[in-house]
Amino acid sequence: MPHSSPIPVDLLRFNTCGSVDDGKSTLIGRLLYDSKSLMEDQIEALERSADLTGGGQINLANLTDGLRAEREQGITIDVAYRYFATPRRKFIIADTPGHVQYTRNMVTGASTANHSILMVDARLGVIEQSRRHTCIASLLRIPHLVVAVNKMDLVGWSETRFHEIRNQFEDFLPRLDIKDVKFIPLSALNGDNVVDASPHTPWYSGPTLLGHLEGVHIGSDWNLDGFRFPVQWVNRPNRPQDPEWHDFRGVSGQISGGIVRVGQPVMVLPSGLKTTVQKIWTMDGPLTEAFCPASVTLQLEHDIDVSRGDTIVGLTTMPGVSSDLRARVAWMNTRPLQAGRKYFLKHTTQTVQAVVTSLENRLKIADFETEENPKELGVNDLGEIRVRTSRPLVFDSYSVNRLTGSFILIEPGTNQTVGAGMLFPPTEPIKPEYTDFAI
Amino acid sequence: MSTYHLDHLQYLETEAIHIMREVASEFERPALLFSGGKDSICLLRLAEKAFRPSDIPMPFLNVDTGHHFPELNTFRDARARELGGRLIVRKVEDAIASGIAIPNPGEVSRNRLQIPTLLAAIEEFRFDCAIGGARRDEEKARAKERFFSFRDSFGQWDPKNQRPEIWNLYNGRVNAGEHMRVFPLSNWTEMDVWEYIKRENLAVPTIYFSHRRECVRRQGQWLPVTSILPPKPSEEVRELVVRVRTIGDIISTGMIESPANTVDDILVEIAAARVTERGSRADDKASEAAMEDRKKQGYF
Ligand SMILES: Nc1nc2c(ncn2[C@@H]2O[C@H](COP(=O)(O)OP(=O)(O)OP(=O)(O)O)[C@@H](O)[C@H]2O)c(=O)[nH]1
Repeated sequence: MPHSSPIPVDLLRFNTCGSVDDGKSTLIGRLLYDSKSLMEDQIEALERSADLTGGGQINLANLTDGLRAEREQGITIDVAYRYFATPRRKFIIADTPGHVQYTRNMVTGASTANHSILMVDARLGVIEQSRRHTCIASLLRIPHLVVAVNKMDLVGWSETRFHEIRNQFEDFLPRLDIKDVKFIPLSALNGDNVVDASPHTPWYSGPTLLGHLEGVHIGSDWNLDGFRFPVQWVNRPNRPQDPEWHDFRGVSGQISGGIVRVGQPVMVLPSGLKTTVQKIWTMDGPLTEAFCPASVTLQLEHDIDVSRGDTIVGLTTMPGVSSDLRARVAWMNTRPLQAGRKYFLKHTTQTVQAVVTSLENRLKIADFETEENPKELGVNDLGEIRVRTSRPLVFDSYSVNRLTGSFILIEPGTNQTVGAGMLFPPTEPIKPEYTDFAI
Repeated sequence: MSTYHLDHLQYLETEAIHIMREVASEFERPALLFSGGKDSICLLRLAEKAFRPSDIPMPFLNVDTGHHFPELNTFRDARARELGGRLIVRKVEDAIASGIAIPNPGEVSRNRLQIPTLLAAIEEFRFDCAIGGARRDEEKARAKERFFSFRDSFGQWDPKNQRPEIWNLYNGRVNAGEHMRVFPLSNWTEMDVWEYIKRENLAVPTIYFSHRRECVRRQGQWLPVTSILPPKPSEEVRELVVRVRTIGDIISTGMIESPANTVDDILVEIAAARVTERGSRADDKASEAAMEDRKKQGYF
């Protein structure tokens, strides 16, 4: 039984992106169908809707287009997540929408992926939405990308066309931050090069899409360098009568970087108070060490002021601590972002007030040039901004640590999540509130 | 592979614990929906892991349709007691009596009537968050759901206008009267749930294991014989060796013929299964959008 093997089966989380109708949902349907990951009742349901609405033709996209409005319009509106496993790997797929209007949902699906499949329609080649999605994948630092050149059946399986599209990509890829890009010619509709190799592409010697997904080496998502522990919840059992728990005081959270060991000196930021880790408490018993992204409860040697929103860090590889920040943002709201606007900003475990002090630039998707000092960032725009927060953030550069380098902006009143931010590296050394006050 | 590596279940566990703690910190009056089914059994263990040695800082809430398997309610009550938690039960029957839930003429199923009962309970206790055990792999409308799923003041889900949910930064802000549904098990599959039950050595209600039961053949499924909808003379009745794979109401839960007696047997059975777990729920078969429609109105 593959699922119970003692060796950890590693998990690939990938998303499909690209423009409307490039065939993303069809591809996922095909992947599940051909890898025998569909169950009989799911196939039956497909057949049932094929008879009702599809003139007898199965529509593989219906497997992930789970909303009525999506099936009616034949488009994907929001991300659908699918789970499947082969003997070699477990997969979480996020089928993200191609429509520009739903870019926010594409960002949602891509933000937790460590691999992206970008689809292009072989007839159309690279279009604005292909560039936008590639750019978002690069911005989110998804390290691996497959460009699936789809609908090859409609261009007569032309090798020349495949290379043209490849060249279109290679023109702009060097401007982006993606390490590993592969190109695969396929037909999602007919299943060529998805799970089974196609007889129509003798000129292509690479793997099928599934072959690639099973084999690609994915490094850890987690940073094991500097210890970071954003405090989520103070753990104080309210049991005055019980001698065992009477004095228990712990801080609970998820380690968002590095490793912590019993006896290790640590600092609480932004206050700068120092203490040592006395115990690493879990319900399954105490640990001598724990690492990112485990959830634990730390008991500290001194009874110091620590609460939600504080970050406990190790004394090597210090983070930045600042309330003046520079970040890249993906803007997701129809009300544009302008300098002077105020939001709630959620970063690790704290939500603070924030004002956007300036807009540094806006990325032009058409040529990947930047427009300096733009008046505003509109919906689906990407750009760089400066923000000032009501309380300092304890942060790392997004490129070093996704968990401590990211934030979201929330619009007061509507409570909509309107922006996704990725922090630049800290520019100054940390300035704790109490510099040499060590207990 | 480095030794600093969480395996798949450990990863799912830490993801869920993080979510539980976010709920405890960001909401004033959260509740945890606990039915006694396998998913919510996992939820309770995750809550223990998130909050021990403190008490779990939220009550457990269950909507009793009056058509539950009796074994399920017994288990639910015992488990809640064992954990020292406060269990709140709200009954569809009472909701009908007080006019909160209004059955259609001849409507026997309590499935739809759970919705107003649940929403009334949320209003009664002014809960601003309800943690549920739904998983994205169960059904394709669920596959669209966020971890933090916003409900407006009518308790409705607007699937076309969900908040973006980026990284693990969950936006838990709600205005008065609105609430959030939170699903820590979103990324778990049926297999993951049973593997976790095995690893954690969790007790589950006996109906998940093989037992003898009188069943009646309806709509291509074997349903338990009950006094609520007794078999008609024309219907085929048999005593079979069965178990449940997913638990709904006793009048709509298909029993699967199975000799699986232990969690290990169940794991083997699921690995070989050719139908999904929801394939045995009559309530989902009503139409392609049955789940979506119920969810929009406030279903779990
Ligand atoms: N001929 C041909 N048609 C295809 C292929 N792949 C997809 N299609 C068709 O292209 C249309 C769009 O496919 P979808 O899978 O719905 O597109 P999508 O990219 O998911 O669209 P959105 O999710 O709305 O962005 C459908 O009619 C598919 O049948 C292919 O390889 N060859």
